[in-house]
Amino acid sequence: MPKIYLDYAATTPCDPKVLRAMLPYFKKDFGNPSSIHGFGQKALNAMSEAREALADFLGCDAPEIVFTGSATEADNLAILGTVKAAKIPALPAGRQKPHIITSQIEHPAVLESCRELEKRGAEVTYLPVDKDGLVQVLELKKALKPNTVLVSIMYANNEIGTIQPIQEISEAINEYNIQKTKSVPTGHLPQGDKILFHTDAVQAANFLDCDVKKLGVDLLTLSAHKIYGPKGVGALYAKKGTLINPVIYGGGHERGLRSGTENVAGIVGLGQAVKEIQSPNYKIQNIRIRQFRDKLIKNILKNIEGSRLNGSLTQRLPNNVNVSFEGAEGEAIVIALDQKGVATSTGSACSSGSLEPSHVLMALGLSEETAHGSLRLTLGRTNTLKDIEKVLKVLPVIIQKLRKISGYK
Amino acid sequence: MIIEPYYSKKIIDRFLHPKNLGKIKDADGVGDTQNLRCGDLMKIYIKVDKEKEIIKDAKFETFGCGHAIAISDMICDLVKGKTFEAALKVGYEAIADEIGPIPPVKIHCARLAQAAIKAAIEDYSAHSRSPEGRQNKKPCLSAGRKK
Repeated sequence: MPKIYLDYAATTPCDPKVLRAMLPYFKKDFGNPSSIHGFGQKALNAMSEAREALADFLGCDAPEIVFTGSATEADNLAILGTVKAAKIPALPAGRQKPHIITSQIEHPAVLESCRELEKRGAEVTYLPVDKDGLVQVLELKKALKPNTVLVSIMYANNEIGTIQPIQEISEAINEYNIQKTKSVPTGHLPQGDKILFHTDAVQAANFLDCDVKKLGVDLLTLSAHKIYGPKGVGALYAKKGTLINPVIYGGGHERGLRSGTENVAGIVGLGQAVKEIQSPNYKIQNIRIRQFRDKLIKNILKNIEGSRLNGSLTQRLPNNVNVSFEGAEGEAIVIALDQKGVATSTGSACSSGSLEPSHVLMALGLSEETAHGSLRLTLGRTNTLKDIEKVLKVLPVIIQKLRKISGYK
Repeated sequence: MIIEPYYSKKIIDRFLHPKNLGKIKDADGVGDTQNLRCGDLMKIYIKVDKEKEIIKDAKFETFGCGHAIAISDMICDLVKGKTFEAALKVGYEAIADEIGPIPPVKIHCARLAQAAIKAAIEDYSAHSRSPEGRQNKKPCLSAGRKK
């Protein structure tokens, strides 16, 4: 049976060019980039090239890139590292806690880092989102306080694909920073007093402009394996001058921010993957992906009664479909589709060990039952029109069957 | 160490081809249970041999994952022909003996099915003396779920 992969938000296959670029660094050019001999310097050069590729993609300088072992690690570094380094202005007793603003629909890498800081005494605001999953800039403005040190809002959501107004958010933070500067007698806000803005751009990188200056962010997270690169590599952009402390200590690699011998082959892979996603061919392919997405959404909603689209219709990643079906549970749909050769995923975390319904769908105001009945289809480079037609053919039958089992209607 | 697949072949087979799916129209007892955390709903219908107090037939309706559906189907098989006392003892081990290992995160599905059997037996006991018997139970999904 031909296998159809519709779970590109979970991970992507390695691009052949990426794999080819990586291979020499496993064997022939295996040197440690910290070594001063030829082997080491060759590896160091390869890493520098990858750093340049990322800098080019993000519109920043190469030294502003920190390679990490995953995007989760980059998120941890961005949040734990900056809050650790932040100076809290002198405030009345009990109010000197660092304050962090994030949203209720962040990836666990961000949410759990924030919860950890809360345990250590920080104050965290988890901004609600509207029914489409959008953060309201007005709510964010209201949440900014003198002891706010960091705002972390994802660029695009991994479950529902909602794209956040990152530019508007950065403008609001910038305005607040300007006001704050005015209150300082020297007229100059020292680093560490400025509110920093971090965005997790892991899901956005394939489709959206990630120019850090246009976005106005101080920190940005990328992952290699979501953009047709290898697993086990991530990167954090940290704007020059940003006060940040390491989370991992050791030999002082990556400007002391991420110790541990670099995953040279993986980093080379990330560099190549970033080059590839900017190629015109893939830009054109993204248009096709968007058309497939629209075909899926339109036909599912039309042909399956009791179905609803989760997330925004307009502010949505071109490859994301997230739908709920009354009377059919998400994991059951996923496993039934898998039996038909279609790989998808559920919005709920039921399969990853937790039984709770998806925190993202609950934040949209969905009932627990609807949140449990969600199905996520995320498209990518290998998908064809045939794949889409097959899904549209088998899905209604599966939903009907599961509804019979649940006694729905 | 052999890692069992998340969905074993036997579970998939039961899930795709359940033998005991549906309602029993003139059921003697109906057990309705739900797991508030994972959102699963199970409804088990039993037909009872009133002389011997033995479960003659059992059927189910379940809103839940593949494991929950397969386990509901399996427990119906296992309680058939059993006395109430024996049926109440059918738990995770007995189900796993038949259907194969269940991932730890799904053990609660077996507990939910066990609770549904217990509820069905209790429902029978509560109504066995009333002249109207049992009828007009609501369908599974409208059974008191908050919106």
